[in-house]
Amino acid sequence: MKQAYFIRRLVMFFVVVILAATLNFIIPRLAPGDPIGAVLEELRARGASTGGDAEDEIVAAYRARFGLDQPVYVQYLRFLTNTLRFDLGYSISYYPQKVEAALLRALPWTVGLLALSTLISFACGSFFGALMAWPRAPASVNRFVPFFMVLSAVPYYLLGLILLYIFAFVMRLLPLGGAYSSGTIPRLDLDFLLDVIRHGMLPALSIVLTSVGFWALGMRGVMVTVLGEDYLTLAEAKGLPDRRIFFGYAMRNALLPQVTALAIALGTVASGAVLVEVVFNYPGIGWLLYNALRSSDYYMVQGVTFCLILTVAVSVLVVDLIYPLLDPRIER
Amino acid sequence: METNRLRRLSAALPLLLRRLRAGAAYIARTPKLLLGLILLGALLALALLGPSFVDVNDAKSISVGTNKPPSAEYPLGTTSGGRDVLAVIVVGTPQTLKMGVLAGFIGVALGVSLGLIAGYYGGRIDMAISTATDTVLTIPPLAILLVVAASVRTMSVENMALIIALLSWMFPARTIRAQVLSLREQPYVHMARLAGLSDIRIIFEEIMPNILPLAAASFVGATSGAILAGIGLEVLGMGPQRTPTLGMTIYWAQLYSALIRGLWWWWLPPILVLIVLFVGLFLVSAAMDEFVNPRLRRTG
Repeated sequence: MKQAYFIRRLVMFFVVVILAATLNFIIPRLAPGDPIGAVLEELRARGASTGGDAEDEIVAAYRARFGLDQPVYVQYLRFLTNTLRFDLGYSISYYPQKVEAALLRALPWTVGLLALSTLISFACGSFFGALMAWPRAPASVNRFVPFFMVLSAVPYYLLGLILLYIFAFVMRLLPLGGAYSSGTIPRLDLDFLLDVIRHGMLPALSIVLTSVGFWALGMRGVMVTVLGEDYLTLAEAKGLPDRRIFFGYAMRNALLPQVTALAIALGTVASGAVLVEVVFNYPGIGWLLYNALRSSDYYMVQGVTFCLILTVAVSVLVVDLIYPLLDPRIER
Repeated sequence: METNRLRRLSAALPLLLRRLRAGAAYIARTPKLLLGLILLGALLALALLGPSFVDVNDAKSISVGTNKPPSAEYPLGTTSGGRDVLAVIVVGTPQTLKMGVLAGFIGVALGVSLGLIAGYYGGRIDMAISTATDTVLTIPPLAILLVVAASVRTMSVENMALIIALLSWMFPARTIRAQVLSLREQPYVHMARLAGLSDIRIIFEEIMPNILPLAAASFVGATSGAILAGIGLEVLGMGPQRTPTLGMTIYWAQLYSALIRGLWWWWLPPILVLIVLFVGLFLVSAAMDEFVNPRLRRTG
């Protein structure tokens, strides 16, 4: 049974990955024209003089370079094997740079900013949510947490714009964008670290403020269910201290479904980041994707998209594999 | 014959009135729902009544002077592209609502159908649908949307709604399936089956009415999700090109650095309208969740 579960999960994972790669292959090809033609069109629209024999030769050379002269099934198989080997091809606008090189450069910024802010809001949100369901919690909790729940309905990048305007433009307390001051060279010392933190503060704040409510809402829901359980009544009947019941009995059990959501949220962190990075000019994956879209850099778009889907698929897989260890009831 | 029908109608009327009054009383008793409906109603009024007060032609580019701060003539100022911001809001808000409702409706219709089929028939059909649902659920919608949007040359509001709808059926499908699984074993469904009713009739006449509240709750959620996805696309500059939408306005404001040029009237109004919209949908959706799942009602 256990083995069957693992195998089923692994198969599903590979189906998702191959499906994602396939979609990446099909969707751009459904559009009329081809990438090279699109680049030419773009050049013409910008007023570059094209045409003549030289153009045909260049087009043919580029088609061969990107393998577009092969039959579709060959292109597909080649694309699939390359993608699964994480060979994502060349960026069209930064040729001859490879897509995966650009991805690797952007990834640490995205992961750093988003993983951190997700963890902060998870911790705060879960705690406040648990308090909300707790009958002996201070009354103030029930007054200010709902405010965050309403705030969770607001897209973080819209709040980000407002925060940016207030703190960076009007009050000039924090930088307007970027991950570190222009002109500084990334290195590992205290000054640079402080600079990075100063730059990360606003994007992180906009994410935390808009997601605390989400975690609180989820936690409250589970907590209400847990509070009705018999073992809680027993714990109270035994005369255990309140604090111990709250943390050790109620919150601990209610956290389980939250952890699942956290792992998935950490996986979706990268795809959720696209807009926050655009707003704050943060040099992560989302910013890369935005620029690739604006310059019709198909291979870059495909590469980033594949990377986003892969991170989600991996985190969901990890959750599903770890879950039986956390909660033995699943195995049955 | 006629009088008979009339009598039946007149007997049904008080019942209908009582239902309506009970509904109104429920709304009045639930501040969340009331506030949410007021916010959404205000936006709807803005979209419906706005065109009779504001010249919608000023929403087109180069129709008014550029970069003007709010004044009596242009209450919300003008953009660098020469659009009247108030006119843009009046034109853009209904487009956003239309896109969301359309996508939400298609998505929920798709999800409810799949959920009904999977839950009712069970077995291999259920296995296939559930696996497909779980698989698509793990794909981040924005990623797929961006690739699709980048490939589609001309995006219209309807196109966008359709594309987004294709990625918003999973949650409704899951919720409905779970509900149908338990409804399927209810005595009245067994009765219907023993009475020889066809599967189609059991699904539509016995089960469907019982999942309508849940479907309605999913619809609000799906609409909100669709608008969120749509606005995301628009802010990235991948939205409909012909109509000035709210997200598109934010995109242009970003592109022309309206923020650091101090042109707050360009980007702030669309953001505020969107915040009102999302908060309204959130409140209505939360109230509906409480209606469907009374256990949530006790707290908060």
